[in-house]
Amino acid sequence: MSLLTSLARLRALEEGIAQPIATVRHCHLAERPMVLIPLRMSGEAAAPLAALLGTRRDDPRLLVVTQPRNRDLRFAWAADLAAELLPYIGSFLAGTETVERKNSDPYERVLDAPQILVPNQAGIAFIRLLGRSTRFRRAHGPYPVPPTVPLLGRWLTYFGERATHPGSSLMTAVTEELGRHWASGQSGLEDANLAALTAWITTGPSDDAEDPLVWPPAGPATDPGFDAEVLAPAIEAGAAERITEALRGQLEPTWRLMWQAVDLLRELPEGASVEQRWEQDRGSFSAMAQHIAEGAPPQARRDGAVAAASRLARMERAQAAYEVQRAYDDPLVMAEYRLTGEAFAGEVVETEPEHSEGEGRSRKLRPLVVVKTDDPVRLAPGTALGTPQRRAQGAQLVEARDGLVTVKITKGMGRGKTPAPGSVPEVGERVCYTSLTDDFQGSPALPEAEATPWTHGGPPREYAPSDEDALEEWS
Amino acid sequence: MTSPEQVIRAVLADLPRHRGVVVDSPPGAGKSTLVVRAAAHIAATGEPLMIVAQTNEQVDDLVTRICERHPDLTVGRLSAGGYVPPLRLLELHGVTVGTRVQDLGDPDIVIATADKWAWISGRTWPWAIVDEAYQMRSDKLLRIAGLFERALFVGDPGQLDPFSIVDGDRWSGLSWDPLQSAVSVLLRHNPELPVHRLPVSWRLPASAAPVVSRAFYPFTGFRAGTEPHERRLELSTGGMGTVHDRALEEAARSGWALLELPNRHTVRTDGEAVRAVALLASRLLQRGAVASSEQGERPVTAERIAVGAAHRDQVAAIRNAGVPPEITVDTANRLQGREYDVTIVLHPLSGRRDATAFHLESGRLCVLASRHRHACVVVARAGIAELLDAHPSAEPVQLGVPVKFPDGWEANQAVLDHLADHRV
Repeated sequence: MSLLTSLARLRALEEGIAQPIATVRHCHLAERPMVLIPLRMSGEAAAPLAALLGTRRDDPRLLVVTQPRNRDLRFAWAADLAAELLPYIGSFLAGTETVERKNSDPYERVLDAPQILVPNQAGIAFIRLLGRSTRFRRAHGPYPVPPTVPLLGRWLTYFGERATHPGSSLMTAVTEELGRHWASGQSGLEDANLAALTAWITTGPSDDAEDPLVWPPAGPATDPGFDAEVLAPAIEAGAAERITEALRGQLEPTWRLMWQAVDLLRELPEGASVEQRWEQDRGSFSAMAQHIAEGAPPQARRDGAVAAASRLARMERAQAAYEVQRAYDDPLVMAEYRLTGEAFAGEVVETEPEHSEGEGRSRKLRPLVVVKTDDPVRLAPGTALGTPQRRAQGAQLVEARDGLVTVKITKGMGRGKTPAPGSVPEVGERVCYTSLTDDFQGSPALPEAEATPWTHGGPPREYAPSDEDALEEWS
Repeated sequence: MTSPEQVIRAVLADLPRHRGVVVDSPPGAGKSTLVVRAAAHIAATGEPLMIVAQTNEQVDDLVTRICERHPDLTVGRLSAGGYVPPLRLLELHGVTVGTRVQDLGDPDIVIATADKWAWISGRTWPWAIVDEAYQMRSDKLLRIAGLFERALFVGDPGQLDPFSIVDGDRWSGLSWDPLQSAVSVLLRHNPELPVHRLPVSWRLPASAAPVVSRAFYPFTGFRAGTEPHERRLELSTGGMGTVHDRALEEAARSGWALLELPNRHTVRTDGEAVRAVALLASRLLQRGAVASSEQGERPVTAERIAVGAAHRDQVAAIRNAGVPPEITVDTANRLQGREYDVTIVLHPLSGRRDATAFHLESGRLCVLASRHRHACVVVARAGIAELLDAHPSAEPVQLGVPVKFPDGWEANQAVLDHLADHRV
C-alpha cells in the first residue's frame, strides 16, 4: 500500500467515512451494464445455485437451480443464463467501424461493447470456472447439452480472462473499482465485502454490513446459516417455489447495492484515458466475436508456452500503460509519484523559449523551463520527462538544485525557430513533470506455436474436440 | 573435493555430448572466467558462437574480457539503436559494433543482450552461451531459443529470481511458466541435461563463504578460495569511538558488522537508518581503509565500495544523505554480478511491520550479502528476528511447482544469527 493510501485509510478511520483517493473515474462505465450476481452451492467448486442478472435496476431476472446436485438441471440453468447473456452480448455486434492499421489489414471494431459487473473477485473466479465447465461440452455425443451452453462457456471464459487484463472494463468486480477510488478504514480483505465498503463510502461503517440477516453475502458463497436453516430443508422438501423465493431474498439486497455502486462510480467524471482503454476493450471483444464466427475451437484448457509468453507480454504492456495513464489523468494518483520523487509539480519561475543547441544545420530548438517546487526530486540529470499538461511534449531534466528544477523541452514545440504558441509553459503557470512515460515499445516476435523450441518442450499437441471432453470428472 | 579446474574440464567435455549444459555458479566463483574459456574453446573448433547476456554492462564486460584474454578472436557486439559503446570497447582490437548482424562482418563470436537477440532472425548458430541464465525469464529464452542448436547455460541460482509487474498465478505449475527462470524451464523439459557446479568462491573471503553457503546454498555448498589470513582490511587512521567507527572496526576485524538501531516501525526511507548508512560510507573513506589480499595491497577507494538497499526510493534517499558521489549506491537487482571490497547494506527488513514475499526473497539478501571481497556492514533496526517469527512463510502452495530452496525465511534467520555475533 502506498503512503498516500495508508494516510487516506487512517483518515477514513478517524473521520468515520471513506476518503477519496481518485479525482476521476479510472474505469469505463457502460450506459447499459449487465449486472450479474452468481451464487454457488456451498461445498462445491462450480455448482451454480442461482444468479440474479439484468441491465435495468427495476427488472432483475432470477435464475435458480432447484437441485444443484443434478447436473442436468445445472446445464439447463446454464442454457437459461445463455438465453439472457448471449442476446445481450449479440446486441453489440451490429454496429461496427473500420479501423485502419499500420502494416496490417484494416479490421472491424464494434462501436460499443458489453460490460458485465459482478460484486467481487470471487464472483469473477466463479464465472471463469463456469466457463471452464461449459465450454468443452457438446450438443451431441455423451451427456449432450443445449447448443447455447458451450457458446456461453466460451464467452464466460473470455470475460473471465479479460478481467485479469490490466485496465480492462469488460468485466469488473465493483468492490475492486470502488476500492480504487475510495479508501475505507477497514482492511483490504474486508473491502471485498460490498455491503461494508458501500457503507463506508456513503454513511460510514455499520455493523449491519456483517449481519447476514440484513445484508446477505454478495456471493458466490452463501451464508452458512441460510444454507442450514432455509436452503437445505427447502431442497430436501423439493419445494421449488420456496427455494426460489428464499434465494430471491438472499440476492435482492446485493442487487440494490450493485446499482448503488454503479451510481457512486457514475458521479465521478471519466478520466481522460478511459476512452482509449475502452477502445482496446472494444477491439479485443470484436476479435473474440470474429473467432467465434469463424468457428475456432474453444479456448485451450491451459496456455501453451507461446500463448503464455504472448499473454504475459500483452498484460505487462497494459499494466505499465494503465499505471502511467492513471497518474496522468489524476493529480491525486500523480501525488504518489511526487512523494516518491518520480514526479514534481510547481510554478514556472523562468523560461528561455528560444534556447537552442548545436550550430548551423544541426541547430535544434530546446526551450528551457525552470520550475520552483517543494517536492523531493529524485531524478538524475538526463532523465526523460513527460507532463500531464501537454501530453505530446517530451522533455529532459537538466538540473535539480535547491527546489529549482531546470527542464529542457525536446519534443512537441513545433519545428520553427521559435516554439509554437502555447507549447512552452508561461512564467507563473503551474506544471507537473514526471519520469513516467507511456512510450510504446513493440515487443519482439514469438515463434509460432508449431515452432516451440526444445527448451520449452517442443511443439504442443493439437487440440481435437472429442467425446472425452464430456467425460471429464467434475466435483 | 573437486577443484574448479576439474569442473571446467568436465563442462567442456560435456559440451559436444549434450544439447544443453548447465553450470551453477555461487557468487564470485569464476563464472565469467568459465564463459571466456568456453567461448575460446568453442571458437577454436571453427564453429560460430553466439553469447547471450542480460544487460549492456554485462555484454561490454564480457567483450572486454574475451578480447583481453584472446586477442586473436574477432567479436561482434550487437546493440540496440540508442546504445553508445564505452570508449574502452572501441579501443579493443577485433571488436565491431553494429545494430544488425550483417554489419558485423563474420566474427567468431557475436554477443548481445537477450532483449537484442529477440529481434534477430533468419540465421542460426551451432553454439550459444547464455550468461546469467537464472536471471533470464523463460519467455525471453523462448524468443531466442530458435537461434541456436546447442547451448551452455551459466548462472547463479542463489540470486534474485526474475519478476513481473503482473500477477502470473495462472501459469504457476506449468512446466513452461513464463515467469520462471530460463534454467528451471529448460531443466523441466530436459531433465537429462548435465548440471555442473563451480565449487570455490574467489570473491568471498573465508569469513563470508561459509555463512553465505550455509544460508543460501544449503545443499550445494561451496568454499572460499582463500585462507583467512590472506585477506586483511586495515583502517589507517584511528577512530573516534563512535558507534559507526566501531562498526567499521568490527567489520575490518571479522569481515562482518551489524549496526543495530533501536527497534521502531518506520517508513521505507527511514531517516535514521539512511543517515547511518551514508555516514558509514563517508567514514570508511575518511579512515583510509587498506585492503590486502592475494592480489596485493591497495587502498579501498570510493569505486571499491558499494551501498545496497532493497528499494529504489531508499537508494535515492541514501544518495541524498550525502554519500560521496563515486561510491556505488544501488538496489539489489542492479548490484547483481558486481564485486566490491567493502559493502554497506541497509537490511531489507529493517523497520518493517510485515515481512512480505518481496522482502523475504532469499535472493535479495543473498545479493546484498555476497558482493564483498573483504567486509560487509549491515545496518538494521532491532527486532527483525521477532518480525520473522511473526511472519512465517505463508505463500499458497501451488500444485506442480517444484519446491524452491533455500526458503527465504530460513535464510534470513541464518544470516541474522551470524550477524548477532558482530553486533555493535
